[in-house]
Amino acid sequence: MSVLDSKIPEGPRAEKWTRHKGNIKLVAPHNKRKLDILVVGTGLAGASAAASLAELGYNVKTFTFHDSPRRAHSIAAQGGINAAKNYRNDGDSVHRLFYDTIKGGDFRAREANVHRLAEVSGNIIDQCVAQGVPFAREYGGLLTTRSFGGTQVSRTLYARGQTGQQLLLGAYSALNKGIHSGQIKSYTKTELLDVVVIDGVCRGIVVRDLVTGKLESHFGHAVLLCTGGYGNAYYLSTNAKNSNVTAAWRAHKRGAFFANPSFVQVHPTCIPVSGDYQSKLTLMSESLRNDGRVWVPKTPGDKRHPNQIPEEERDYYLERIYPAFGNLVPRDVASRNAKYQCDEGKGVGESGLAVYLDFRDAIKHFGRPTIEARYGNLFDMYKKITDEDPYEVPMRIYPAVHYTMGGLWVDYNLMTTIPGLFALGEANFSDHGANRLGASALMQGLADGYFVIPYTIGEYLAGISFTKTPTDHPAFKTVETEANQRLERLLSIKGSLTVDEIHRRSGKILWDNCGITRNKADLAKALDEYRAMRELFWKEVNIQGSSQDLNQSLEKANRLADFLELGELMIQDALHREESCGCHLREEYMSPEGEAVRNDDAFCYAAAWEHKADGGWNLHKEHLKFENVKLVQRSYK
Amino acid sequence: MEVKLDVPLLTSSIGKKLLMAVTGLGLTFFLFGHLAGNLLLLKQDGGVAFNEYAAFMKSSPPIWVSEILVFAGFVMHIIQGIRLTILNAKARPVGYKRNKGSANSTFYSRFMSVTGTILLIFLIIHLWSFFFKHKLLNLEPGVDLYTAVVLAFSNVYYTLFYVVAMVVLAFHLAHGVQSAVQTLGWQINPKVARCIQNIGYALAVLVPAAFAMVPLYILFATQGIF
Amino acid sequence: MSANYINITVEVWRQPGDKAQGRFETYSLQNISTHMSFLEMLDVLNEQLQKEGKEPVAFDHDCREGICGSCGMYINGRAHGPQELTTACQLHMRTFQDGEHIVVEPWRARAFPVLKDLVVDRGAFDRIQQAGGFVSIDTGSAPDANEIPIPKPISDYAFEAAACIGCGACVAACKNASAMLFVSAKVSHLALLPQGQVEKRERVKAMVAQMDAEGFGNCSNTGACEAECPKGISLSNIARMNREYLSAKLSQKQYDK
Repeated sequence: MSVLDSKIPEGPRAEKWTRHKGNIKLVAPHNKRKLDILVVGTGLAGASAAASLAELGYNVKTFTFHDSPRRAHSIAAQGGINAAKNYRNDGDSVHRLFYDTIKGGDFRAREANVHRLAEVSGNIIDQCVAQGVPFAREYGGLLTTRSFGGTQVSRTLYARGQTGQQLLLGAYSALNKGIHSGQIKSYTKTELLDVVVIDGVCRGIVVRDLVTGKLESHFGHAVLLCTGGYGNAYYLSTNAKNSNVTAAWRAHKRGAFFANPSFVQVHPTCIPVSGDYQSKLTLMSESLRNDGRVWVPKTPGDKRHPNQIPEEERDYYLERIYPAFGNLVPRDVASRNAKYQCDEGKGVGESGLAVYLDFRDAIKHFGRPTIEARYGNLFDMYKKITDEDPYEVPMRIYPAVHYTMGGLWVDYNLMTTIPGLFALGEANFSDHGANRLGASALMQGLADGYFVIPYTIGEYLAGISFTKTPTDHPAFKTVETEANQRLERLLSIKGSLTVDEIHRRSGKILWDNCGITRNKADLAKALDEYRAMRELFWKEVNIQGSSQDLNQSLEKANRLADFLELGELMIQDALHREESCGCHLREEYMSPEGEAVRNDDAFCYAAAWEHKADGGWNLHKEHLKFENVKLVQRSYK
Repeated sequence: MEVKLDVPLLTSSIGKKLLMAVTGLGLTFFLFGHLAGNLLLLKQDGGVAFNEYAAFMKSSPPIWVSEILVFAGFVMHIIQGIRLTILNAKARPVGYKRNKGSANSTFYSRFMSVTGTILLIFLIIHLWSFFFKHKLLNLEPGVDLYTAVVLAFSNVYYTLFYVVAMVVLAFHLAHGVQSAVQTLGWQINPKVARCIQNIGYALAVLVPAAFAMVPLYILFATQGIF
Repeated sequence: MSANYINITVEVWRQPGDKAQGRFETYSLQNISTHMSFLEMLDVLNEQLQKEGKEPVAFDHDCREGICGSCGMYINGRAHGPQELTTACQLHMRTFQDGEHIVVEPWRARAFPVLKDLVVDRGAFDRIQQAGGFVSIDTGSAPDANEIPIPKPISDYAFEAAACIGCGACVAACKNASAMLFVSAKVSHLALLPQGQVEKRERVKAMVAQMDAEGFGNCSNTGACEAECPKGISLSNIARMNREYLSAKLSQKQYDK
């Protein structure tokens, strides 16, 4: 028996959640008032969880390093949110959303969680509309939907290209309602530095006020990490500049297992890198693939202007290879095919690291006004960044790191292996397996926050003592001291390299070796290079200023220090998984056509890594069981 | 939801603006009345009609009441204008080193307090010349108002001052009218807003131009140009 | 399009802390690619400063896609710089000339105190939202999303108001440092939708009172906010808020107990 107890309820898959809700322990209203919950991160998962828990009567504190909860990176999600509403009468159902998600994740997600996600997906839309989220509507006044990659139904609700923004503002308003009622206390510009574990149980956190530099401890009967993904380990990603792994990583170092760290989604439609100064990559919504056609010139090295390349000399490779799904294949498939084309020398643009996404035919077919209405803001953004007009010239796109399916291992109740410590949204690993479908991240964040944690947290809280640990307890003081020492140590190095210089280099090691495709030899080499980079960091980083005031370099360095440990585990995880699945394409394990070939006999598990006190990791396996789901070879042909 | 903080209408920022808007629009309407009287000066009857009008204004109790109202409107508009100017200056204690206001707004919308101050100076002089001297205090008995007006405007400098004030008034109205309508919340959509803006511009040009026409006519007539 | 390289000087407001005295410092930068975003140019400046052993310029930024609303600075006399409908992070150096002198200042408003260099405290915006910028509906109690049809034009209007990113450019650009555009966008968004209409009176009263308490100036309808708003939030929202406020205040007697 593994040390991992996923606590999946008994019973048929479709009844597990209902049964669980019926059996879960409850906390009486008068007792909820005695319980403190700390929510770290105020994106979709954090804000929705904080709001919902406050409504139930718990005392909630929220923490964000942003100057306002509304700025969390959920805000940048463009395309939409999936829901099994079947408003289109096109055959959608909870089961179909469940199956698409499981299949899209290449059968590496936990079935029970995914089914629950599909079950609550409809409630999310109801909740958001009630909050005033202005989803796109038909002239009849009802909600409209659009298609997304990896599915054959139209189940994605959206608010132009700003769905994440509108959903986050909805969750933020719910959070504000809690702050207004006094049930939530919000801490902004306050960053988690560590979690406090006493006798194996999570009892609080240590945070730093980013303006004054002061460290402070907060006690909580439960701590929820809603801190997003770790794509910035690669330096260049579509994540916001400040997105980081520190909260999850600190928890990991204190005993929370980290699952499937190498499962990183590379998004196929991003604006290509333009120079060394590049600070981040900008995503162009996947919804563009509804109408845009992806192509490269048939002849390698063809440097003609795209509009001068005649139809017969263009290779619409996705439509050619995957006639059933065409340009709407899942993200992993689209990304790796773009890489293959560029590897063959057919890449376009100055760097040769791009393919075209062409709207010429769609504009001809629907007319420019329709395309403008659908994608106007995205086209404008593209033009602002590249100075090229996508109405006239095909967009140039290239894959970029976007989302991390891996994250803290959690059980069915979203609790990590540290009792009292929970992980929600992108910060956990549970729902997307080895590849996430478009428009599912928003769904998962809000599902966890609005409809899962308010129930499942009761299971833990009902069984614990209500006494509070004072924050002058030695355990808090020790963690504060350690956190302070680390900051002072970083400041004292005074080497010759800036934080960004090291981050760029370490990120490139990951991108080159643990990116769209991986192989054993490169991963093994990368492991050494990466460790050397970490040593370089601790010897050569140079940070100006002090820890006693607003110091953005110090913040960055403190986050990079954690990325530099996580990256090693990502490589280890990629190395150990000797199969291909979803985003994890090991070149040794692919079909002649370049598709991922799984090894279900040996690797049908979630890899949960335990950090060892003396460094290094122990691997624990959560074997994935599927009920009446045939583990087929994914095919989008 | 529970309203934890509320303030009386007229002490709220919107209420303060409302006072500006209502008094401003009221004063604009007053201008029409005033203008109608002034245009009698153009009648070629040696001032008979104008003097009759002046006498009526002097003797009619309803006019006294409305004069008090107009006066109160001016006082409120001026006092509130000064208050808002001070409050708004306090809202930005440290200014910008470089600020290109011209890129985002018209100069006359930004300089309402300046045009307002010039108009206040004009108003004081204007009231003294005609209202106080001839109506309220009757300092020059035997000189009828028509004669006094012709005398005043035959002076080039006085007329020039008057015309300049009307140009300033034009700018004040160009922003003031649409601003007041916006404050009252009547610009329900951009189309209506554009329409109101155009009405505002039309008023801003026509009303001061009509006012300026009278002294210019008198000046040119007394100089024998007409 | 291939990149050009330009040389520029930037004059940046440097202020070590909220209570400290600030001043402008001028730095010169060579070979700046015109494909760089404005913030990437500041990154380059910061790398250069750190190499010289100086503290980098602090500025708020996060998504760098023009949606999070973190970045905000006065660039050459304009909020978010010279390009319309563009945040500082989406402003590119191709907008500037070789040899140009660029002045960079923090938002200036009593309600937005400077914390360090270009970073200001915009907590006032949060407090205004907390006063009433929400619909009082608890999780799980919502009816089906299609229960209440909403005419598409109204939904679109609400969306356009809701597209505000809360960056504060409206306050920064307003000669009175007024927050009317920001507050009115939120008020409008919810007042337009049937879900928000239940509490519209309370909402507008609470939010306006909080806005006033934060020390913002009074709107004088110059329209600078709309012109400088990176998301093109319309002045019609201010008219709507005025209307909502007046009607809430004037009709309140009949609801008084």
